[in-house]
Amino acid sequence: MNGDIHNFFNIDGAIVSALSGILPAWALVIVAGLIGIIALLVFLVPSQLATIWIERKLIGRFQIRYGPNRVGLFGLLQPLADAVKIVGKESITPAGVDKWVFWLAPIVTFIPALLVYAVIPFGPNLILADLDIGILYLISISSLGVIPVFMAGWSSNNKYALLGAMRSVAQMVSYEIPLVLSIISVVMMTGSLKIGEMVSFQADNLWMFLLQPLALLIFFISASAELNRTPMDIVEGESEIIAGYHTEYSGFKFSMFYVAEYTNVLAVSAILSAVFFGGWLSAPILDLLPAWLWFIAKIYFFFCVFVWIRATLPRMRADQLMGLAWKFLLPLALVNILVTGIEVYMNLHPLLISFINIALAIGLVAGWSELIGNRAVRNERRQYIPVVPVVR
Amino acid sequence: MVAQDSAIKTQPIVINMGPQHPSTHGVFRLRLVLDGETVIDVEPVFGYLHRSKEKLEEERTYLQTLPITDRMDYLSSMTNNLGCSMAIEKLANIPVPERAQYLRVIMAELTRISSHCFAQGMQLQEMGAWATPLMYFIREREKIIDLFEMVSGARLTFNYIRPGGVSQDIPPEFIPACYKFIDEMPGYIDEYEQLLVQNEILRSRTMGVGVLPRDLAINSGASGPVLRASGINWDLRKQDPYLVYDRFDFDVPVGQHGDTYDRFMVRMYEMRESVKIVRQALDQLPPGPVTANLPIVIIPPPGDAYAHIETARGTLGFYMVSDGGANPWRFHVRAPSLINLTALREMIIGHKVADTVVIFGSIDIVLGEVDR
Repeated sequence: MNGDIHNFFNIDGAIVSALSGILPAWALVIVAGLIGIIALLVFLVPSQLATIWIERKLIGRFQIRYGPNRVGLFGLLQPLADAVKIVGKESITPAGVDKWVFWLAPIVTFIPALLVYAVIPFGPNLILADLDIGILYLISISSLGVIPVFMAGWSSNNKYALLGAMRSVAQMVSYEIPLVLSIISVVMMTGSLKIGEMVSFQADNLWMFLLQPLALLIFFISASAELNRTPMDIVEGESEIIAGYHTEYSGFKFSMFYVAEYTNVLAVSAILSAVFFGGWLSAPILDLLPAWLWFIAKIYFFFCVFVWIRATLPRMRADQLMGLAWKFLLPLALVNILVTGIEVYMNLHPLLISFINIALAIGLVAGWSELIGNRAVRNERRQYIPVVPVVR
Repeated sequence: MVAQDSAIKTQPIVINMGPQHPSTHGVFRLRLVLDGETVIDVEPVFGYLHRSKEKLEEERTYLQTLPITDRMDYLSSMTNNLGCSMAIEKLANIPVPERAQYLRVIMAELTRISSHCFAQGMQLQEMGAWATPLMYFIREREKIIDLFEMVSGARLTFNYIRPGGVSQDIPPEFIPACYKFIDEMPGYIDEYEQLLVQNEILRSRTMGVGVLPRDLAINSGASGPVLRASGINWDLRKQDPYLVYDRFDFDVPVGQHGDTYDRFMVRMYEMRESVKIVRQALDQLPPGPVTANLPIVIIPPPGDAYAHIETARGTLGFYMVSDGGANPWRFHVRAPSLINLTALREMIIGHKVADTVVIFGSIDIVLGEVDR
């Protein structure tokens, strides 16, 4: 089985067993963990560069320009050039900042972004820690992301940064709730908090996006709000509050925020593909590729979807964003939980559940947005011909 | 101002938005007093770009004044040339050949389209649409700039329209290129409308935001799309037709609510109307000379003259006083950007920080013209 690209844990096992004669047992545990962490970083660091390149190139195409094409073939070395530039910049600590917090925030911001990957299943058995409370761990870790943002905003001694931090707390706390509730309905169906088991559930039944379309929608919107991506990037809305919480950051400290943002986007894409789109499962006909490649392909697909949305939509206003969370997503998530509960209790066939839930999702989203959405705004028709008498 | 039922002590914060800020269209400063996210007071501060243009003009001969007007409203320098030239012509009684008048109309309307393109793009940029709409609008602006480059050789400060006509006749390839552009442009405008106008985020960001009531619009002296969005049918091309505007068939789009959405849409419709005007002007373009025979140094008789035109931003007026010398004795510009800002405070107060930049952008100022 050695050399099988379908399972990297063979390599891990080989290394550990080779060392087992030399090292004591406690050291082996540490070595095994370290191998996993290094493996994750081996995925993450090139991913950073790849995502930066993909985003810049895609956004360029969306904006009828070429994107980077000067550094290397197709501009492939552009992310490296970006990295060199940003690290080479002077790292300014403005006067009057709270130095400790100011320095700590960029470091702290990267930790939850990285910790999330511990429970992400790249393949069957290819998961660093398949915790029993995997999804709970994931949500709790990702909600820590608000703390470094607030630390950065508060310590910067800058009013724009403070505004951004205030917005971020309001936004992230609001969107945490529909996010969790949308996951709850998924958990009710799978009956497990383990992410690995969520994927195997989808192997036995339908993929979760067919079973829980409404949860997918809510999760997607809430997650992009958590990520501060357009149309919900009010936290760093550059046309309003310049750069929000990281206005005062520069050089390497800024790059930490930057890297954390992309890591988070990838993490959310990973969760999306694991929980809703079958994780490492392949499409039925294309079983040749290894599972982890499928998973990574899905991650990058959802990353591209995030880029697409970013390139298309204008930003919402802070109060409209809160309204969306509390008035729209939260009630829908609650209804979804109720319906899912009934379905699970009655033990319906997955196909029937899928049918009901898709109909429910379409009906609820359309109906609820008609009912409470700004229908007046959406349907208003205005005339722009001079109906007013001429003023002389 | 303060949360009513709360024992927590709160205080308004003061933010200096600008002069260095991504959304202030240059070096403009808004001193905002905020209660949380809500603006409770705002004080516009400008003058950071003051280059004493009017005084500079008074040190130059009449022909030399034109290049400086290019640099006032640098997004529509053709119309600045036009206004200045018209004032000089009025002062010195210079006749303008008919072909030059048509060319001036074509250039002025193309300028309106290009300026509106930029305004719309920047407006969406300020709404956070991350440069995508801006790049699309700039695509069309580039085409117009290419046309201008064809006639004048420049891409930003054209200095094409001169007293007595235009600096040179259009090259033969201009007319087919211009026809091609005006054939394409309505399709592009449809594209924008499909992408943007029905977008719910855009609508909820702009409808009812930054309302400029009809009375206030008149009292504050607003002009251009800002005034027309507030429901006043006032367009100098119709009210006081200059050049040959009375020969063309076009409508003046007028809004009813005076909010940001109306200003946005009025500009959108004005682009269509401008396309119509350009097409008619190209169809009717007569042959003949493009400039009057003028001495190198124009010396008008003593007196004063005021000429005003409808630019993309509103009423642009040039007032000149001659003492019989080679230089204007007094040179004054009525800049629409500056005067449209008069009601800014009333429009912004009570809205959120995020709306501030949107409202500010919807007035569509060019700092070069505000500060001169």
